[in-house]
Amino acid sequence: MTVAAPELERGWVDRELAEEFPALALWLMRVQARSGHSPDAVRRRLRQLSDRITGGHVIHMRQDPVPWAYRVFWRQIGIDPDTDRTPVEQIALDRLEWGGLRSRNLLDDALVIATFETGVPVIALDADKVGKAIGLRLTGDDERLGEAGRILSSRQIVVADEDRCLAVLSGEVSQDHGVRDSARNMVLCALQVKGVPEISIEEALWTVSDTLADGE
Amino acid sequence: MPDVGEGAVLAEHDAAVSGGSRRGAVPPFDAPGGLRRGAVPPFDAFPPHTRPEERSARRTLLDQIERLEGELSSLFVSTWPRKGFEFSVPSQGGPRMLLLSELEILRDDLAERVDHARRSLSDRTYVEERHRARIEEMLLDPSKHKWVRITNEDIGEPGCKHWHVRPRWGILGFLMNWWRVRISSGCPLARGADPH
Repeated sequence: MTVAAPELERGWVDRELAEEFPALALWLMRVQARSGHSPDAVRRRLRQLSDRITGGHVIHMRQDPVPWAYRVFWRQIGIDPDTDRTPVEQIALDRLEWGGLRSRNLLDDALVIATFETGVPVIALDADKVGKAIGLRLTGDDERLGEAGRILSSRQIVVADEDRCLAVLSGEVSQDHGVRDSARNMVLCALQVKGVPEISIEEALWTVSDTLADGE
Repeated sequence: MPDVGEGAVLAEHDAAVSGGSRRGAVPPFDAPGGLRRGAVPPFDAFPPHTRPEERSARRTLLDQIERLEGELSSLFVSTWPRKGFEFSVPSQGGPRMLLLSELEILRDDLAERVDHARRSLSDRTYVEERHRARIEEMLLDPSKHKWVRITNEDIGEPGCKHWHVRPRWGILGFLMNWWRVRISSGCPLARGADPH
């Protein structure tokens, strides 16, 4: 039996956001996969990845085109990237702090590998718990993260479906819609900002998808 | 990717807005070739807060922030491995779309930080250059720089190496005014647990 390869689709972007950041996009990939314990191959890949991260590499990372593009975007949306790091810089700093990249579970490991290899932040949602149309928008007044999560301040940039906010742009995912062990279908979401080529986005999503497939 | 006229997209969106319903009015736009363009939400999001006349000012500010962030990153890399520089610019409570006034504050804070970092680096490199010159003078005539000690950190380099003017043969050299520059061999080696 052949399983159809997952396809990339482009999420919608709220008009005001699109006018402010014309290059902003959210790319989605729906995959049939489950998380769980990481196999040895994935753990080995994490170890190889951590061996490539040195102090000098981390210092110069902010001048690499893709990490730099996210730093600029972080700044433009009111986040200090030296305090709340971009995902790829956070991974690199964690590596320096802990002396290695710690394996947590297959999905998290796949996200770490893809984010560090490409510089593109990727999040995963439970496809069976979110709507069909996922995109980026600004929050209104008194909106919550998920069904019963914390109240978000107005005009925050969030990943949302037709009905609710699913994740905050800086990476916090709603507990109701994040991937749990029981999840069988996932939506992978990658954020594209100005200066990040589409090939990096594709590579990030395919890296997660392939790592999940290899782990099963 | 096939290009889609933004006018068509926005016209569809406007039609949905004028319809008055918040959700479910407009299906996602499908571009020719089957690739989903998805530039507009499939429902009305909240009404825009930014006024059309602000847009060019906002775009200019965003471009300035981008350029300043680039300069700040370059300065950060240039200063390494020196310590004592401040690169943090206060957060504006993101991730959110900033007001025009907040963008201006952010731009000004960044400009100030870049300027401060550049001046600090300039001052520091001037002092480092003086230290380098002094090392050369020490090597040429150690007796004129008795007991002076200059480290790698003083010349902006990583590592533990230092140049130290000391008397040759201890107290005898001190009494006879025989001085020399001792150059350390670097950082002490990491030592593991004592095998004994």
